[in-house]
Formats: sequence, structure tokens, C-alpha cells
Amino acid sequence: MLEIKNIVKQYAKHRALDDVSMHVQKGKIFGLLGPNGAGKTSLIRIINQITAPDSGEVIFDGEKLNSEHIGRIGYLPEERGLYKKMEIGEQMLYLAQLKGLKRADAIQKIKYWFQKMEMETWWNKKIEELSKGMQQKVQFVATVIHQPDLIILDEPFSGFDPVNANIIKEEILSLNRNGSTIIFSTHRMESVEELCDDIALINRSKKILEGSVKDVKNQYKTNTFKIALKNFETNPSFLNSSFNILDSHIEDEILNLTIKLEEEKTINPSLMEFMKYGDIVELKEIIPSIHDIFIEQVTNTVDPNS
Amino acid sequence: MNKVSLIIQREYLSRVKKKSFLYITFLVPLLIFGLYGLMIFMATKSFTNEGSVVHVYDESGVVAPQLESNSDIKYIINKSKNEADSLQQNLSSLSGKNYLVLIPKELGNRNNIQLISSEKTGFMLESKVQSDIQKAIRYHMFERSGLDLETINSINPSVNLSTKLITDSGDVEDSSSTAATILSMALAILIYITLFIYGGQVMRGVIEEKNNRIVEVIISSVKPFELMIGKIIGIGLVGLTQFLLWIVLSSTLMFVGSSLLIDKNQISTTMIEEAQNLSNQELAEDNPANQIFAAIDSLNLGEIAFYFLIFFFLGYLLYSALFAAIGSAVDNETESQQFIFPLTLPLLFAYMMSFSVTVNDPHGPVSFWLSMFPLTSPITMTTRIPFGVPTWEIILSLVLLVGGFILTTWIASKIYRVGILMYGKKASFKEIIKWFNYKN
Repeated sequence: MLEIKNIVKQYAKHRALDDVSMHVQKGKIFGLLGPNGAGKTSLIRIINQITAPDSGEVIFDGEKLNSEHIGRIGYLPEERGLYKKMEIGEQMLYLAQLKGLKRADAIQKIKYWFQKMEMETWWNKKIEELSKGMQQKVQFVATVIHQPDLIILDEPFSGFDPVNANIIKEEILSLNRNGSTIIFSTHRMESVEELCDDIALINRSKKILEGSVKDVKNQYKTNTFKIALKNFETNPSFLNSSFNILDSHIEDEILNLTIKLEEEKTINPSLMEFMKYGDIVELKEIIPSIHDIFIEQVTNTVDPNS
Repeated sequence: MNKVSLIIQREYLSRVKKKSFLYITFLVPLLIFGLYGLMIFMATKSFTNEGSVVHVYDESGVVAPQLESNSDIKYIINKSKNEADSLQQNLSSLSGKNYLVLIPKELGNRNNIQLISSEKTGFMLESKVQSDIQKAIRYHMFERSGLDLETINSINPSVNLSTKLITDSGDVEDSSSTAATILSMALAILIYITLFIYGGQVMRGVIEEKNNRIVEVIISSVKPFELMIGKIIGIGLVGLTQFLLWIVLSSTLMFVGSSLLIDKNQISTTMIEEAQNLSNQELAEDNPANQIFAAIDSLNLGEIAFYFLIFFFLGYLLYSALFAAIGSAVDNETESQQFIFPLTLPLLFAYMMSFSVTVNDPHGPVSFWLSMFPLTSPITMTTRIPFGVPTWEIILSLVLLVGGFILTTWIASKIYRVGILMYGKKASFKEIIKWFNYKN
């Protein structure tokens, strides 16, 4: 769907994007992650053709990105807003027409969405009469009104209460099921694991990580397991040293151990050993969360200037 | 292009539909004609000092016999100083409008005469009393010098200077530089104010979009330049609509008003009579009001209005592009002041020159060059047009103005597209120049 090739964007003294490439597959939900100031917004602005890259190119659905693609992209900026004094229905109509919809077509779509989101009575209201959460809902509808093939959402859940956040989440998933590709920029990692198929991590203007959520997590597995024993011996002495015990504590008469295996080793041989000292009640491989990977990657990339 | 027209439409309708637009459209002509009517009313009514009683204590004994009471002012001569003194004490308790005039014993070329009243006196009464006394003293002095009063009264020359203009075809037309001057000044004020009003609207519109953060949504659909030019044209059309409505409403009101309220000639004659009563010597010439009415008729108002609208619109386009650039660079209106100031200088200069140079020497080199330079020509050229400007000069000025507008729009758009995406960054001139040099 979207191929980003060696993008460089330089602002006066600051290089916002440094040779960034990534690939967004059609029909997927793509998480664009990174700390504040990493270059996410710069990249999104380039995809939206708000700014142009200094070098590199963007391929949209097989073609070099051009102004004809504008109507096929929907964008919800992080810094969002609407005309405060304009009536909502009219405002929607305006934004939809700017995206290239015909008037009659736009009216029909707006009605459909307003009904779906339970906003029918809002047509003649002004934005300033709505609560912040309601305004966000309007903005979300404005983003997807023209049935874009690519939807770019920058922190879509900020400003929503849990109930509305859930409604929006369901809508995003349903849009995705209906064929829209979604780029989802955020630093809220729990929603990333829940929603995204693929992710890319940008830090200090460079892409440092890309792949499917599953692959990335597997890639950062450390061969660490959690084992819980019941009826254990009070002072077990493990002869086999194919693992290190990272943590051990007793809770409700159960011994909880966190062990890290040596590289290339599997868990099975160690299990034999544990069976001698107690009854295994739980065994779990510890897979790092995207959150952990994010923190680790971001803090590990040391700032060369500092 | 289709998208630009959508933007123009929104900018235009959202303003025209506002109640304040309607109010201004209808109230301003009413206000102007209210003032106009008030002026006429004052002109006819305030000449009367009906019911005024002026008590005179004349120590010299020369003035009092000459004072003649009429329907407006009644002169009462006080014989003794005591009488005058007690009157001075009780002036405020008397009913009606009462004044006391004290005339000293010795009279010469410089006379200090007191007019005492319990409240502030009107200008008309003051000058009437003053001229009556002056006349009395003058006659007394003529008599003393042995001049014949009758001869003096019979000599009363009056000059009426009527100006004519020879047109290209050799015909002689009525013309009046007084009327042209007054109209020019009015146009200079009007264009100066409206350039700021509508330019300011563009700037506020840009700031609003930037503060609302809607700008990012919109420029993901259209180019920043399209948004800027759409806004400028939309608001400019609001301005033109406003002017056209004013012109239509004013001419209707003028027509209705002048046929209903007053007959021009009648007014003028009353004014002349009053004026001549006031002082023969001072206001002997033909009434200027009459001249102005005649001269305004001689001016080609339709043509002037036409050029005014063109110069307003092009001048507006030129300046509003710069206003848009300023709006994009700041986060709020307070911050915009430092950038607006240099923008006002050429306008202010042209405005001040209009009053000092252009109306006095409309065809001189200063006026000519100011009416060619795009930053000043909207004001200076509109000021010159009532005096009659050769067509080639108008066309040249228009061409230069269009060129200027293209140049400022180009500069502004380069600043604008960077500025609208800069949040919370305090812009300086240096910063803005840097933006100008950014590649897309």
C-alpha cells in the first residue's frame, strides 16, 4: 500500500528524518511508534503531502505519491481542531467536499455516519457547544467520511473517555475489516499490541525497528521463563547450571522462579530438574511487551551529542 | 481550482451570513445619512436664537441705540449700573434664556466687551451679538470720521468664483476643486480604513485556523497556497459586497431623502439669508453649500465609485496577502503588532500625503509617483481620481498594482506554508526570512 524509501527531511539545523524507509502492507494496521520529537509527525506530514521530503520517495499503491492520492487518504492529526463557530453538518460537508466528494454524495455519507455514531441531532450545532469528547467524535468522522484507502491516525484515543475510546477502536477495526489500511501513530503501547499487525519504531530521526508485532516480540525474547512450584523443598540445590535464576520468591506457599536459559538451550531438560524439587504448577515463557521493547530501544540509543 | 472555489464559498458565506454583517451593511448608510440629516437640521435650526433676551448695560451710550431687536433676540437696555449689578446677581433665576452684556465707556479698535450668562452660550448667539455690537461701533466710528453712512451701505460688492473645466473635447464643464477635495479626502479615509479592516480579517482568519488546529486537516486536502488565496478572495468579495450594498442603499436613501426631507435650493437660500443676517461683510460670497451641491453633481460619481472598487480590491489583495503571512507567523493577535507596524507605514504615508500634497497638487510629481507605487497607489490614486486623471495613468497604475499583488502573494505564500505549521514558536523577522528560504 505504502512504500517509504530513504526519506530525508532537513529543517535548518535539525534533521527530522534521516534515511527512513518502511513498508506498510495493504489491509494491515501499522503502528508508527516513537518518542516525542522522533520524527513521526514529519513523516506523516510527508505522506499527507503537507510537506515534501528533501530526498527519497513515497510510493502509494504502486504509484509515486501525487495530489490525486489526497482523496484516498484520511488524516486525523494529533493537534486537532475544527471551526468553532461553524455548524457541524456544514463543516462536515465542507471537509468532505475538500476531499473530493460530490455534495449529494457527501450529505448521504455524513447522514450515515451521524446515525452510526449517534450524532443525528448535532447537525445544526456548533463545535463550541459540544464537549471535548464529542468534538473528537466529530473529528474522527471527518477523517473517514470519504472512505479513504489509507487512514492515518495520530494519537486517536487522546481525549476520549474509555467508553468512547472503545467505540472508536471498534470503528477502526471495522474500517480495517472493510479494506482500509491504517497507520496508527502513538506512544500508548497497550493499544499497539491490541490493534497493530505491524510496527515500526522511529527514534532520533532514524527507523530502528520494523516488523510484525509477533516477529518483533520473538526477536526480543531473552529465553526467560517463569516457573511456579508447589510442595517444594525448602533448600533446593540445582546441579544443572544451564540456567540462571533471576528471581525467586515465595507467595502463598508457592515458589515463583524467573530463570534465564543459556543461549540455544530449550526448557525441557531443566524441567526434569525442577520436577525433583516440587510439583510444577505453572510454566510460562516471558515474552517482552512492545512497551518493554520500546523503552529498551529508546533508552539504548544513546544520544551522540550528550 | 474547484477546491479553491469551495474555500472562497465558505469564507464568503460564513461572513455574509453573520448578523454583524447585516447590521453593518444597513446601519452604516443609516448612520451616514443620520449625520447628514443632522447636519442639515443643525444648519437650518441652530441659526435661530429664539427667545433670547440680552440685557445691555452700555456705559459709552453709543452702542445701545443702534441695537435692534428681532424675532430671535430681544435687546433690553439697562439704564443704571445698579440695575445691571442686581441683574448679574439674579441672572440664573430669570426665566428663559437671559444674557447680560457689559460695554465699557471708552470704545476704540480693540474692545473688551463681556457677555455674561448663567449657562454656556451657543456659538450662534455669541457671533450674532458680537457682530451686532461690532456693527454699531463701526457705524459710530464711521460717523465720527465724517464718512457718509448711506454711501457705505450702498457699496456691497459680492464675488462668486465659478470654476469650469475644459474637457478633452473642448467643452466647458462645471468643476469645483472644493467638491473634489472633499470627496478625495473622504475616499482616502475610506480606503485606508477598509484596507485595514479587511486585511485584519484575513489575518484573524489565519490565526483562528492556526489556533483551532484545523489548518492541518485542511492542508492535507488542499495546498497551503490554495487555502490562503481562497481565504483572501473570499473575504475580499465580502468587502466588495459590502461596498456595493452601501452604494445601492446610499443612492436609494439619497434619492428618497433628498426628495422627502428637503429641497436643496430652499436650504441653501435659508442658509444664505441667515448667513447674511449674521454679518454682511464676512459672508457676502455665495453660499459654499450651494456650490458643493452643484459641484458634486458635476463629478462623475459612477466612474469614481467604479475605480474606487477596483483600487480597493487590488489594494486589498496586495495587503491581505501580507496580512495572511503575518497571521501564519504568530499565535495570537497581540504578537502580530510588531509585524503589522511596518506594513502600516506606506499606507499611513500615502494617507497623510493625500491630505497635504495630493489634494492640493493632484497632478504633481509626488502625487504621480505615489499613485504608481503599488504599496501607496490604492490610496493616492483613489484620492486623485475625483480631480480627473488621464486613462493611461490609471491603467499603468493598475498594471503595477497587479504586479505588486502577485509579488506579495508569492512572498506571503512561502512564509505562510511554513508558518501555519509552527505552533508555539515565537516568530521574529529573522525567523521569517529563514522560512522564506525553506524548500517546500
